[in-house]
Amino acid sequence: MSTQASSHALPHAAHAAGHHDAHHEELGFWRKYVFSTDHKVIGIQYGITSLLFLLFGFSLMMMMRWSIARPGEPVPLFGPLLEKLFGDVAAKGVISADLYNQFGALHGTIMVFLGVVPLAFAAFGNYVVPLQIGAIDMAFPRINMASYHVYFWGGVVMLVSFFVPGGAAQAGWTSYSPLSTAIQTNGQAYLLVGLVLLITSSLLGAVNFLATIIQLRAPGMTWMRLPFFVWAQFVTGFLLLLAFPPLEAAGIMQLMDKLAHTSFFLPTGLSIGGGHISGGGSPLLWQHLFWFLGHPEVYVLILPAMGIVCEIIANNTRKPIWGYKSLVYSSMVIGFVSFIVWAHHMYMTGMGTKISTFFQTTTMIISIPSVIILTCMFLSLWGGSIRFNTPMLFVLAFLPMFGIGGLTGLPLGFNFSDLHLHDTYYVIAHFHYVVAPGTIFALFGGVYYWFPKMTGRFMSEFWGKVHFVGSIIFMNLIFMPMFVQGMAGMLRRMSDGGINYSAAKVPNAIGGLSDHVIYLNTFVSFAALGLFLAQLPFIFNFFWSIRNGKKVTSDNPWDATTLEWQTPTPPPHGNFTKEIRVYRGPYEYSVPGAKADFTPQTQA
Amino acid sequence: MEIPYTTEPRKDTGLFNAKLGIWLFLASEVMLFGALFSSYILLRIGAEPGAWPHGLLNVPLGTVNTIVLIVSSITVVMAWASLKMKNFGNFRKYQAVTLVCSLCFLGIKSYEYNDKFSHYEVQLNDGRVVDGHMVEKSADGFTIHGHYVDKAEAAKVTHAWQEHEIKHEEIKIKNSDVKYKENYGPWHNTYMAIYFTLTGLHALHVIGGALVIAFLWGPGASMWKTDPERYTNRIEVSGLFWHFVDLVWIFLFPVLYLL
Repeated sequence: MSTQASSHALPHAAHAAGHHDAHHEELGFWRKYVFSTDHKVIGIQYGITSLLFLLFGFSLMMMMRWSIARPGEPVPLFGPLLEKLFGDVAAKGVISADLYNQFGALHGTIMVFLGVVPLAFAAFGNYVVPLQIGAIDMAFPRINMASYHVYFWGGVVMLVSFFVPGGAAQAGWTSYSPLSTAIQTNGQAYLLVGLVLLITSSLLGAVNFLATIIQLRAPGMTWMRLPFFVWAQFVTGFLLLLAFPPLEAAGIMQLMDKLAHTSFFLPTGLSIGGGHISGGGSPLLWQHLFWFLGHPEVYVLILPAMGIVCEIIANNTRKPIWGYKSLVYSSMVIGFVSFIVWAHHMYMTGMGTKISTFFQTTTMIISIPSVIILTCMFLSLWGGSIRFNTPMLFVLAFLPMFGIGGLTGLPLGFNFSDLHLHDTYYVIAHFHYVVAPGTIFALFGGVYYWFPKMTGRFMSEFWGKVHFVGSIIFMNLIFMPMFVQGMAGMLRRMSDGGINYSAAKVPNAIGGLSDHVIYLNTFVSFAALGLFLAQLPFIFNFFWSIRNGKKVTSDNPWDATTLEWQTPTPPPHGNFTKEIRVYRGPYEYSVPGAKADFTPQTQA
Repeated sequence: MEIPYTTEPRKDTGLFNAKLGIWLFLASEVMLFGALFSSYILLRIGAEPGAWPHGLLNVPLGTVNTIVLIVSSITVVMAWASLKMKNFGNFRKYQAVTLVCSLCFLGIKSYEYNDKFSHYEVQLNDGRVVDGHMVEKSADGFTIHGHYVDKAEAAKVTHAWQEHEIKHEEIKIKNSDVKYKENYGPWHNTYMAIYFTLTGLHALHVIGGALVIAFLWGPGASMWKTDPERYTNRIEVSGLFWHFVDLVWIFLFPVLYLL
């Protein structure tokens, strides 16, 4: 990190506080690491916090997987701890249905809002985007700092909600009303307050990213010379900016329902705990507002990952990315169309066949640009002399994994096949294939790829490959069986893994779950344990390599073309030590007649 | 090492950073209020026929508040224009009017809120319903300035001015006679819920905008001496936000008071 800072970079701070004597002052610990306005420090803050939240969200799921595979049995090792922390809901170390629901709601919320989005958008975006466009910082450094701090406190509020009387929210990450209002705990209110904070943080981030990309591109960095990663972040920024506020409105209304006893989402005639409610509200309204965010959110999760994939593919195939313009326009189309597909999450609500047909059509339309993007990525591999290093392995695995996730989404997008699959394990398998071995693999690839720029050292290739092999095997062992379970009709959100619907327990039931399907619960839970063990090499490698990894020998260790590799390693405050002017596109690899097999964007 | 385009506009976009930032922020605000207005529409469409209340709000007061905000919008522009013409004295005067307007708006709004919180619907054990404002409370009962509601009469009353034609009287009620008592807070019905949510959120925006304008008018004004161009930009940006807040009210007034 930089140890020097000049007040020129913080004109707001300098003017407002009158610290004109702050030139080249050594910043204290707090200003340097906690209240930093440097986009790189903020990026790393976001990165480490969100990785920890990913680990925490995963641990919640490990507990839940135990409950699914061995309902009613005490959790090994952690049982006493759970009882101590949560009391009655974990009596004798057994995860009760209530505790399962708390873990379930928070698993989803944490993974999406505190894990993947901050890692993909805020962490990588903060660190890489200003470097890739040749800017010295974000457009609004202090808003950037505020964004991280609001995010952090949003996370704290979520975690605190476990310990309020009644426990954390128990209505799933979707918080469907009236269930979420009816459950007698203030955990839901904490979740909503946390959500409002996280949305505020995303808004501040989105405004900042968009302004930075529009205003602070270096001379010569025209729109079509932007690396695809920047384009992906640009579209993502618009999605966050425009899709999140409706959820904020919905969150405020549900808070009113919970705290001021309004009836926005509570229908007439409903009775909650014997109390009086005015009624007249609409449960469907919540679902519309939630999924109006919810679906663009899916593309918020995937677009930055696609950006990372393109960067790493171009670099390691030593070829220009195939169809750069198609990628750019496809991601824009995805951005627009993602605002009109939301109700395909709601086929089962009885909103009417005409509306279902409309959303079914738009859903099929949005698969076209997604397929174009994936096709461009596959074609980019054609005829390349591929370097199989760790980042490239993760990115190569992303392609088929995202492919599986995307294609299995089609039966969910058609309302007739969705009627059978809705709310089953099939849905879980589908979107986890998109986000877990999809997005998270790309993010791992990004960590391995940009780590040398952040620290000046490589992460260990050997442990990276161990991490990769373990992850891809266990990811598939976890999620592939879920397709089978889902098609057999096993519903999600059941703390006992569907044992009460098993053919063994209810012999004459139509469509009872066979022993085979129930057995897969145990199988998947062991695979989840395997995935957990496969992450240990990563955690070890990450911290060990900061001090002991192989040192980079140049500022551009991967022989890359984009601007972030034109900085010193690690980049100081202000990023560039020379004037930056851009003369060419982002992926000029193996240009015929060029001296090297890569031509940096700054080369005239 | 300065971040470029903090005061001077970038050539190809024609904007300085903060101006672009505030426009983007306002786009997200449009979505925020848009979602709430959409909810209003859906709730109203979904309401039982005849159940959506009319005339609960005081139209003259709403009109005054609309005028107050429009005036403040004009003075905000005049203040910015004064700075552009290097007339700091006029800027101070105009912006003072803006601040007075914002206080005036909030004052009227809190009077209206108070009116709703003291407005009660009381169901008595004998089946009758009393509707009116709380006058005084005692240990064993309370007095309401209002009237007994009969269904046929309530159906006819669709506007506030008709409400005034109904004879109001002081009605003394014993606590022991009361089956259920509720004031016209957000919990009373869906209309009151969306009314308080929309106007409450809008009032928060007014307070936020007024605080920024007040800061720039008072302690923040020292920047006029050190960096006048940047200071003028700040006034412009805060003014853009203020216009948006006014615009929201221009939609709120007909939707909640008139329709």
